[in-house]
Amino acid sequence: MELMDKLNILADAAKYDAACTSSGLDRAGRPGTIGSTTFAGCCHTFSADGRCVSLLKVLMTNVCVYDCQYCVNRRSNDPPRAAFTPRELCELTMGFYRRNYIEGLFLSSAVLVSPDYTTERMIETLRLLREEYRFGGYIHAKAIPGADPLLTRRLGLLADRLSVNIELPSAKSLSLLAPDKKKEAILAPMGQIRDGIAASRQELRVYRHAPRFAPAGQSTQMIVGATGESDRQILSLTQGLYDKYRLKRVFYSAYIPSVSGPDLPAPQGFQPPLLREHRLYQADWLLRYYHFRAEELLDEERPDLDPRMDPKCTWALRHLEFFPVEVNRADYEALLRVPGVGVRSARRILTARRVGPLTFEGLKRLGVVLKRAQYFLTCSGRAPRGLKISQDGLLRHLIALEAPALAQPMPEQLSLFDPPPAGPAG
Amino acid sequence: MAWTSVCCQYDGTFAGFLTCVFDCYANREEPVEFRTPDDLCCSLYPLRTVVSDPERAGRVYRSLPKLGREGRRLAVRGFLTCLPDKELWLWRLLRLGYARGPGFTQDLTDPTVDKVRKAVLQLNSEAHKYTGFVRFSLLDGILAGEIEPKNQVLPLLRPHFSGRYPQERFVLCDRTHREALFHQPGRWAIVPVEEFHLGRPGEEELAFRAMWRQFYDTIAIRERENPRCRMTHMPKRYWAMMTEFREDWDSALPELPRRTAP
Repeated sequence: MELMDKLNILADAAKYDAACTSSGLDRAGRPGTIGSTTFAGCCHTFSADGRCVSLLKVLMTNVCVYDCQYCVNRRSNDPPRAAFTPRELCELTMGFYRRNYIEGLFLSSAVLVSPDYTTERMIETLRLLREEYRFGGYIHAKAIPGADPLLTRRLGLLADRLSVNIELPSAKSLSLLAPDKKKEAILAPMGQIRDGIAASRQELRVYRHAPRFAPAGQSTQMIVGATGESDRQILSLTQGLYDKYRLKRVFYSAYIPSVSGPDLPAPQGFQPPLLREHRLYQADWLLRYYHFRAEELLDEERPDLDPRMDPKCTWALRHLEFFPVEVNRADYEALLRVPGVGVRSARRILTARRVGPLTFEGLKRLGVVLKRAQYFLTCSGRAPRGLKISQDGLLRHLIALEAPALAQPMPEQLSLFDPPPAGPAG
Repeated sequence: MAWTSVCCQYDGTFAGFLTCVFDCYANREEPVEFRTPDDLCCSLYPLRTVVSDPERAGRVYRSLPKLGREGRRLAVRGFLTCLPDKELWLWRLLRLGYARGPGFTQDLTDPTVDKVRKAVLQLNSEAHKYTGFVRFSLLDGILAGEIEPKNQVLPLLRPHFSGRYPQERFVLCDRTHREALFHQPGRWAIVPVEEFHLGRPGEEELAFRAMWRQFYDTIAIRERENPRCRMTHMPKRYWAMMTEFREDWDSALPELPRRTAP
């Protein structure tokens, strides 16, 4: 089989993995090697669906012994099958990397023969890349649940980031759709990776050349919309993962019916829940950067995120007693809670107000989105001039702000050559 | 007494600009316009022709730490941006910095600081975008690439690519500003170039390009197609230089309008 065909099959099989980040680690290039990583990560292109392409995202093989209902690669499905040899994959990665097409390699795999055998093949590939090709770029590897912990450890010593997919948001859904995977089997390697990372950090403090285990941390992903969990369950799970397993990221992937199964939503007319996924990501950002807790965003009475506006606005509308926030006095935490103020603009406010009191004009310069923030801020005790608004008026205004972006289909571009609308003759 | 308003003519280099700053302070003159010899329009203000002088420029350059670390960064990087009348804005920034000391960069709502800071932010973000969007072709063992940036990003891209490919020989040509970055192990230079043409790609190069295009097309999920989102992250002006959007590999890129000779 030609390399081109293999690439085609194995990239196609890997494309449903949401994670394609290359962030979390700064490593300068060294003479005699090739490659570096940057902390912020780097997007090399964006695919037609608007997602960042940063790594060469492929499977080692798509031959699988498992039979998970939602997965294209399941045993009972019949797609074309292929497998890379470690050497082929290395040549491909290096060829792409030198031409600056990619930031590194994202290596996942279906389970060929057994988790141990699969992991060994992945280790062989990464070892070749690191030792023979002297590759210093980013490597994201999937840990295979059920593999021997010693193999997972070797994988982590070669890769920069490890991830174990939690697949579905609850154990019940997991046993329904992925009968071969157990919740415990997924959480065990996650725990092992967390402990490995912590131990490696400790060793590096003592001895600077200690081996680095998954220095860019670990992440996971779950499918949203294939089963009936509420947003509240998903966000609580996410928060638990951040707290207990010290994850860098949790990715959500809107379910796309690529195969059919008895327990899956019917593929006819099924719309992938893209807006829901978007809202979940917004809420996820609030958890990671804005010091929110899942309980604050959603409770039992309102278990789902509001599709009409972002979760921060929703929270603000339910907690009007918290507002208005005084720009010139409020602390960082309070500023972060204001809709229209982000991490950067909050920091800029802290810097700029040391020089003198801020006005609304000044806030605009700092990058605060005033069309949202104006309802929740005062500058030196004053609200913006001419702003009088009732509580449900506020709701309508905030919804109207997002409405154009949510409207389907996209409005057409105005054209000079359209017939002008009939109007009173001047 | 107010300083006399003048129009400074200089050679367009950073050293030339710093010499202008020195002369304007020495003669107590306030520049209200900067021009290079290429500019055809005449000015209503008295014309000062400044010949760049390494010694005077050096004195100004050595005084930049007075602006603080952030102020110095804004002044130096500001000169690489495509801000209209950047010299004038930088002159105002320097006056402000010398008068108020290192803390002046905290005054983010000041019009001058705001203008320069945003321009530098744009420069940085364009440079960051190009660290990803540059495409090299392997031609006779040398990596060659072309870009068309709005700002002068080569000095910012240099550390990134030299660090990433320490063992490679590569050339990166900036078509807008007509300069190129050359790198070989242990050495680098950014030099002006008049003409730059990529050679014909070999068999292996064509194969890799085809595979990359294949990968790019495969990785998109059809059900999620979102051209607007893609354009937000990657505006179309970057596409012309990117392998995944180019089919006509044998024909060269369109010529840019030539700069008029001085």
